[in-house]
Amino acid sequence: MENHPDPKGDKLGMWLFLYTEIMLFTGLFILYAAYFKKYPEDFIKGGKDLQIIFGAANTILLLVSSCAVAASITAVRRSNKNLTVGLLCAAWLLGGIFLFNKYLEWSSKIRHGIYPNSPDMAAAAPGRSLFFDLYYIITGLHGLHLLVGMILLSVCAVMVQMEKINAQKYILLENSGLYWHLIDLIWIFIFPLFYLIV
Amino acid sequence: MQTTESFFETPSPSRFSGIASWLITTDHKRIGLLYFFVVLVWFFIAMLIGLAMRTELMFAGRTIMGPQTYNAAFTLHGVIMIFLFIIPAIPAIFGNFLLPIQIGASDVFFPKLNLLSFYLYVIGSIFAIMSLFRGGPPDTGWTFYVPFSAVTRTNVSTTLSAAVILGFSSMLTGLNFITTIHRMRVKGMGWLQIPLFTWSLYATAWVQLLATPVLAITLILVIFERVFSIGLFDPARGGDPLLYQHMFWMYSHPAVYIMILPGMGVVSEIIPVFCRKPIFGYKAILASSMVIAVAGSLVWAHHMFTSGISDVAILVFSLLTFIVAIPSAIKVFNWVATMYKGSIQMSPALLFTLCFIFLFSVGGLTGLLQGAAGANIHIHDTYFIVGHFHFVMFGGTGFAFFAALHFWWPKIFGRMYDFKKAYIAAVFITVGFFIHFFPMFVLGMMGMPRRYYDYVPKFEPLNMIAGFGAYILVAGIILMFVNLFLSFRNQRSAADDPWGGTTLEWSVPSPPPLHNFIETPKIMTYPYDFSSVIHKYRKESSS
Repeated sequence: MENHPDPKGDKLGMWLFLYTEIMLFTGLFILYAAYFKKYPEDFIKGGKDLQIIFGAANTILLLVSSCAVAASITAVRRSNKNLTVGLLCAAWLLGGIFLFNKYLEWSSKIRHGIYPNSPDMAAAAPGRSLFFDLYYIITGLHGLHLLVGMILLSVCAVMVQMEKINAQKYILLENSGLYWHLIDLIWIFIFPLFYLIV
Repeated sequence: MQTTESFFETPSPSRFSGIASWLITTDHKRIGLLYFFVVLVWFFIAMLIGLAMRTELMFAGRTIMGPQTYNAAFTLHGVIMIFLFIIPAIPAIFGNFLLPIQIGASDVFFPKLNLLSFYLYVIGSIFAIMSLFRGGPPDTGWTFYVPFSAVTRTNVSTTLSAAVILGFSSMLTGLNFITTIHRMRVKGMGWLQIPLFTWSLYATAWVQLLATPVLAITLILVIFERVFSIGLFDPARGGDPLLYQHMFWMYSHPAVYIMILPGMGVVSEIIPVFCRKPIFGYKAILASSMVIAVAGSLVWAHHMFTSGISDVAILVFSLLTFIVAIPSAIKVFNWVATMYKGSIQMSPALLFTLCFIFLFSVGGLTGLLQGAAGANIHIHDTYFIVGHFHFVMFGGTGFAFFAALHFWWPKIFGRMYDFKKAYIAAVFITVGFFIHFFPMFVLGMMGMPRRYYDYVPKFEPLNMIAGFGAYILVAGIILMFVNLFLSFRNQRSAADDPWGGTTLEWSVPSPPPLHNFIETPKIMTYPYDFSSVIHKYRKESSS
């Protein structure tokens, strides 16, 4: 038997899933908190080595893209197909630029010998190597989630184009939007923890 | 009663046939049975590994295996039994099969996600097998403690990946169940008309969602330590191994409630049916399930009293541990009170349930001893812990699983098994269990440490006795399954309601038809109202 469409239930499932994602990152934030308490000076020094300009740019990119995704849901409700697809593509593009920035940032760090278990890190203070271990793991995991989010957005864009997502049935777009906002929200926590720490 | 085709004859989706109609089905009943057969295979493998270990321990010195093999054996026994048997056994098999029927739904809310969970389970088990053959089986124990797990040369990464994947499978099942219970209850079924088994699965599902992601990230970090040589838990590079233990137990202690809560749900279903009496304290039982889910998430550090946490932490966690015993005790009192002045009808399912109550109480009470900080220091990492753990997990969840098998077997397969052999098997299993695991308490008090393949000679007699118990236990289990499978020789003749149950699964044909219900089910205001059942049986006996 096909289920009766029940967007409320679909959304409930998505919220539960988002909750597990939050728990996943919470585990890492707990580690961050514990090690920050143990090595506050090393963490602050490590934070000064990160370029605030990259982090700030990425924050703005994600906030704007979140806004675009939110707008696309309103657009699909009003049956404005072209605007919906346009907004989704814009969000996708902003996500892409975010990842490109991340790539530049990571490669510059690696060029400077900052990566897990590098000779420089082995010689550095323990707190410093922990800080960068956490930096790579948390931003890496976040980037991976962003990649998944981009795949979801492109699937949604194609389905809007094929009119499988329309003003009557747009729960997939809404759920993908929720996921995208969560990625944004997690970044809002990552940004101050790594870039703004003093 | 109109005759209907059971779900065995009707594939879902209907375009598939033959083996595909099973392997890519979205029918919750078929998925439940797929789980059943895979879980059973794993149970037997892990049981035989366990038996080999006990054979090794029957005599001092090397008997049949060396220390490295023994380390691999207890790791695999633990990993398989926990991640591949106990966690999925009741929720994935009976939960999948019965939860939608108990709430009057035609399927779970996300049928395709349900199939995905099953395949994640299969992929996870394939990873577990692979770890046996690639680069030496893991030797860390199922707890994967760092720093050893980060440096041992054996193939721990594969086992860790298996645990992560299996975690996702159980998490998605939990997500599915919560959504199903919230959104798919038949019209007229309020929260207080939900059967207790479904309530227990609801509590379990929340723990799965709360705890599993934390374990996933922790184990992923250990994989990263091994593969990318990060140093988050490496004391040489400023990391803190104690943090690993915190994060591991933050999941793994709630996980023991993931294992036991569904078992408690099974018992809460079986006891009223065979006592012909409404369950005593329906609300207290469901509330205690939810309290266990919450309080059980706050006691994790009682596994770490000897790891060097502060005295304040020990006191707080010790207190919390005592508190979590209260809701479990409430349940036990409720079950016993239900039986008081009931008209008890013996059946194999009830016999297993009674053994459950006894063994689980022993397990629970010895747990309190461990929760006391002083006693804990004395018995930490001894056989006392092994004994306690098996009394709760095997004497608890394992026996509940056996009881559930006997209770719902006629519903699932439409066939009745032989009672006499089932009773004999139950007696063998219980007696064997007791002879096997009880000496462990004594050994633990005497100071025999766990996870060693050899011991000093004074421990030999009790280990010998335990070994004999293990053989009796295994013989009983084999007899039980042979008896159950022999029922396939019989015609499909089990009645729709062979026991006189009142929950919705007994109102549908055995085995149930594809969409579970032929007509919209009628909801009773109280799910355990036996007046009509008693009336029916009275009429039969007087005529």
